[in-house]
Amino acid sequence: MKSKITLSLAFVFLYAPLVYLMVFSFNSADSMSSFESFTLEHYGNLFNNTGLLQIVANSIVVGILSAILAVIFGTLGAVAIYQLKNPKKNYQLRQLNNIMILAPDVVIGVAFLSLFTMFGIKLGLISVVLTHAVFCTPIIVIMLLPRLEQIEVSQIKAALDLGAKAKDIVRIILIPNIEDAMIISFFTSIFYSFDDFGVTFFVTGNGFVTLPIEIYSQARRGINLELNALSTIMFLIILFAVIVHQIWISRGGRNA
Amino acid sequence: MTANKRVYNLFITWIIVFSIIPFVLILILSFFDGHGRFTVDNYIKVFDPLYLKLILSSVVNATIITVACSVLIIPLTYLITLQRKSSLWLTLFLIPTWVNLLLKVYAFLGILGSDGIINQIITSFGGQPVDFLFDIKGFIIVTVYIYMPFMMLPLYNTIIKIPKNVIKAAKDLGASETQVFFKVVLPLCKNAIASGVTLVFIPSLSIFMISRLVTGNKVMTLGTAIEQQFLVTGDWNLGSAIAIVLIAIMLIFNFVVQGSSNWQIRRREYEK
Repeated sequence: MKSKITLSLAFVFLYAPLVYLMVFSFNSADSMSSFESFTLEHYGNLFNNTGLLQIVANSIVVGILSAILAVIFGTLGAVAIYQLKNPKKNYQLRQLNNIMILAPDVVIGVAFLSLFTMFGIKLGLISVVLTHAVFCTPIIVIMLLPRLEQIEVSQIKAALDLGAKAKDIVRIILIPNIEDAMIISFFTSIFYSFDDFGVTFFVTGNGFVTLPIEIYSQARRGINLELNALSTIMFLIILFAVIVHQIWISRGGRNA
Repeated sequence: MTANKRVYNLFITWIIVFSIIPFVLILILSFFDGHGRFTVDNYIKVFDPLYLKLILSSVVNATIITVACSVLIIPLTYLITLQRKSSLWLTLFLIPTWVNLLLKVYAFLGILGSDGIINQIITSFGGQPVDFLFDIKGFIIVTVYIYMPFMMLPLYNTIIKIPKNVIKAAKDLGASETQVFFKVVLPLCKNAIASGVTLVFIPSLSIFMISRLVTGNKVMTLGTAIEQQFLVTGDWNLGSAIAIVLIAIMLIFNFVVQGSSNWQIRRREYEK
């Protein structure tokens, strides 16, 4: 019983800042310190803010394009590691894949800024999409590999006995077995892209803005309750996604 | 097996172009001056007292943050694993990690501000208002809040797998709840602590937006220094040298942390 109280207290402390943020999105006074009266004004402003809607659209486009690239190269990577039988080389390739996961955001950001400048790639949509694809790819590799390793070896042996070639194995056995994981990793990739600030900040250039970049520049100017309204909406979307995910997991458990 | 080879080649090309060349570029940049001449001046500058102090304080702050997260999260995760619906509890604690980091930092601008709720509580008890923002206190509170849930996942996955009869055996032999935690659970999750600590330490060393938003750059991290050299001062060469130092500290940290947890495994095998 004591442990339940401790956990509940921790839970309250963890959520208090988020609740605080959301409560003040309904505040008619322009401050986050005293609550005057209830209003939906900030939500109205948010939906009439065409600049912001454009920025959300930018983020969605970047998320989808980079996720397509990341799923392609993530699948290639997972298949490459899966088929590499030499243990030493296999280990090395896994380590190379980990570089982007271990490297701090700032270092990835400045490294890509240097790369794009050196090769004369203009900062904007393309540089952001490429960068996001690069840091999402290793995550997808790690998501897909365990699924590939679950495939029964006898399936592959049977196909080889029936005369299948290496590329048939990939197309007929490997990919169909991991299709659902590829779809999940596609959405995971979109989320990481949509959420990223630390790397994106260095490669957006002047004209192109994604949502986290916009949140940052707004927050630097101080309290703005439109940001609170935006937080509430984003939190509700996340909550919805978590619930859908939980239901999906419990159903999957029953089928398996 | 030509198709195998083609898949491998495509992937390795992707890795070389986008995961190796960018970092090699940073390494090269760090050894040149603004006119394209080879020099080690950037490293001499990084190790002069001004930057040395910055590096030290950044490491000290990251250590404080990591210790605070460990003290809070390790017992909390253990409590979660004891619950009947432990995976539901875990999900509840992990949901905030999905909320954008900047929005969480922004929330604290309101909470910790000079007339924010914390200071309202302090003054209503007759205390003096505290300057959390533009101060190290604010930086540490916000960073601990943001990074602490990340520590939970590796710990949870390890503790939940500890066989129940191990803990029962300890209790049968007369161990108290606290003794079970310190003498049985903690030693068994050394590796998980190592990865959890890494998940907090590295970002707290390199994060730049928290110190910018919360402290107006009064608290500098290695990340803030790199960001400033690249985007404000425009000295990419010095910025690269600091980035290389950051990577070096990271590698040393990994070596020490992984080394200590591996050592434990090796010793256990030897004792068998």
